[in-house]
Amino acid sequence: MAKKIDESQVRQVAKLSRLDLTDDEVARFSIELSAIVEYIEKLNELDVDSVEPLAHCLPIGNVFRADEIRPSLDTEAALSNAPQRHDEYFKVPKILDDNSGA
Amino acid sequence: MLDLTARELSAKILHGEITSVEATEGVFERIERIEPTVGAYISTFKDYALSRAADVDRRVAAGEQVGALAGVPVAVKDNMCMSTGATTCASKILENFRSPYDAHVVERLEAADAVIVGKTNMDEFAMGSSTENSGLKQTVNPWDATRVPGGSSGGSAAAVAARLCFGALGSDTGGSVRQPAGFCGVVGLKPTYGRVSRFGLVAYGSSLDQIGPLTFDVADAALMLNVIAGHDERDSTSVSNEIAAPCDYLEKLDEPLSGLKIAIVPEFNAGADSEVQNAVAAALEVYKGLGAELIEIRMPHFEYAIAAYYVIATAEASSNLARYDGVHYGHRTAAPADYVEVYSKSRAEGFGDEVKRRIMLGTYALSSGYYDAYYLRALKVRNLIRQDFTKAFEKADCIMMPVSPTTAFKVGEKTADPLQMYLADIYTIATNLSGVPGISVPCGQDSSGLPIGLQIMTPAFTEEKLLRIGRMFEKHTDHHTKKPDI
Repeated sequence: MAKKIDESQVRQVAKLSRLDLTDDEVARFSIELSAIVEYIEKLNELDVDSVEPLAHCLPIGNVFRADEIRPSLDTEAALSNAPQRHDEYFKVPKILDDNSGA
Repeated sequence: MLDLTARELSAKILHGEITSVEATEGVFERIERIEPTVGAYISTFKDYALSRAADVDRRVAAGEQVGALAGVPVAVKDNMCMSTGATTCASKILENFRSPYDAHVVERLEAADAVIVGKTNMDEFAMGSSTENSGLKQTVNPWDATRVPGGSSGGSAAAVAARLCFGALGSDTGGSVRQPAGFCGVVGLKPTYGRVSRFGLVAYGSSLDQIGPLTFDVADAALMLNVIAGHDERDSTSVSNEIAAPCDYLEKLDEPLSGLKIAIVPEFNAGADSEVQNAVAAALEVYKGLGAELIEIRMPHFEYAIAAYYVIATAEASSNLARYDGVHYGHRTAAPADYVEVYSKSRAEGFGDEVKRRIMLGTYALSSGYYDAYYLRALKVRNLIRQDFTKAFEKADCIMMPVSPTTAFKVGEKTADPLQMYLADIYTIATNLSGVPGISVPCGQDSSGLPIGLQIMTPAFTEEKLLRIGRMFEKHTDHHTKKPDI
């Protein structure tokens, strides 16, 4: 029987998840995720056409507060765990090519 | 001294019979002796703890006002941010992360003058049922070192069971406080969703996560809930006092409930191992002897809880864990070829297998073409599961069932098959989906001496009743006083 989540689907989901996987991992996750998704399809046994989805178990609404300036995490604290920083910025590799025209 | 409950210790400290420094030193002596076997802690901070203890002692001696946990050494699961030490979530991606702020519960513990001795091990990002998914170390069950402590709050449960602290906090997304409490023979409380602020709790499944205490007995759970419960504006899902104010959970704790109606689901009890069944049946007999009435009910959608959970929790996790990007904090890959590799290689190197599986499963369930079939359907089933609880509570004050179908399993027994590991949470997951509180109370041991837990659930925001029901049992039995021989 065809696997529920074949290796090309694993590669696609891994790309969306921003996870680099080795070929071995792709093969293994395909088997494991297929078994899990097959189990999850147990949900199809129920007729849920007339049931409202429940995203949250308690009745909650938006919470507003006055738009006032308050103390917040200071820059040094916010940057204190940065893998790389440059002055008051998080430093990352170049995002655009030099000739990208952006 | 290490045989005292947190409540007894705190009374002795207040009366000057024991100092907090003595208690804290006693805990660290035991940690030095036992911890190499148990592996409950990811980090401990002896100097910090002793200086806090000395400060409490000084204030007690001076007759100053001190908090409800004055001088009591406690532990915190390592997914709660603390500005002392590291906050790792047992993940390589956060191995060196030092939180710039304290979680709400950490603030509350310290405001109550508790002495935090360390951060406990867990399944990476709280994803697991055995603590074997920790990316940093292995924790074993203090009752039998060849067995798991349960998870994901396995370090907290093992630390309490092995008397390496006087109480601990864990977090429960699908059973992660109650199941390890059951496996380690301690009390574990998952409060109602919204009862305790999640501010500073590293998010896994945000609509399911809730912080709760693991303690020697129900009274200590009430004491710790008193400290951590209540509204916090930094968590918008934290319930307001107008809707459901917390109360003093110790005040009426020792008053038994008369005419208690207990709902049981016969086929659930029958689904557990025979020794678990027998212990739960014996616990129900104790309640009957106290005047309770047993009512047989059905919860027809309960069996779909694991399937719904692994869609909802992983969908939320896939979004929550997008923040680990190798840019702002946490591990960054050494030599990324481009910007995308900062994400994809940092995450591949930093996350363990179970975290990768759940991120991908959640991403799949939310992806175009599958959203209706999986995510939306799971939310509808969640509603049906909640209706099962609503109907049950129309007939009874509480529901009782086992915490887990088995006692603690062997290290390595389920690691090869993720789905088998998921199925170990069959009795605990529905509680999180419906938001109601649940508690695990020790109710016996199997023939190998491993603890068995009784699970009790009550309607949302009725922790006072839940704790009183648990306390009734504890006062008429001695299961909670049993200690591992370690």
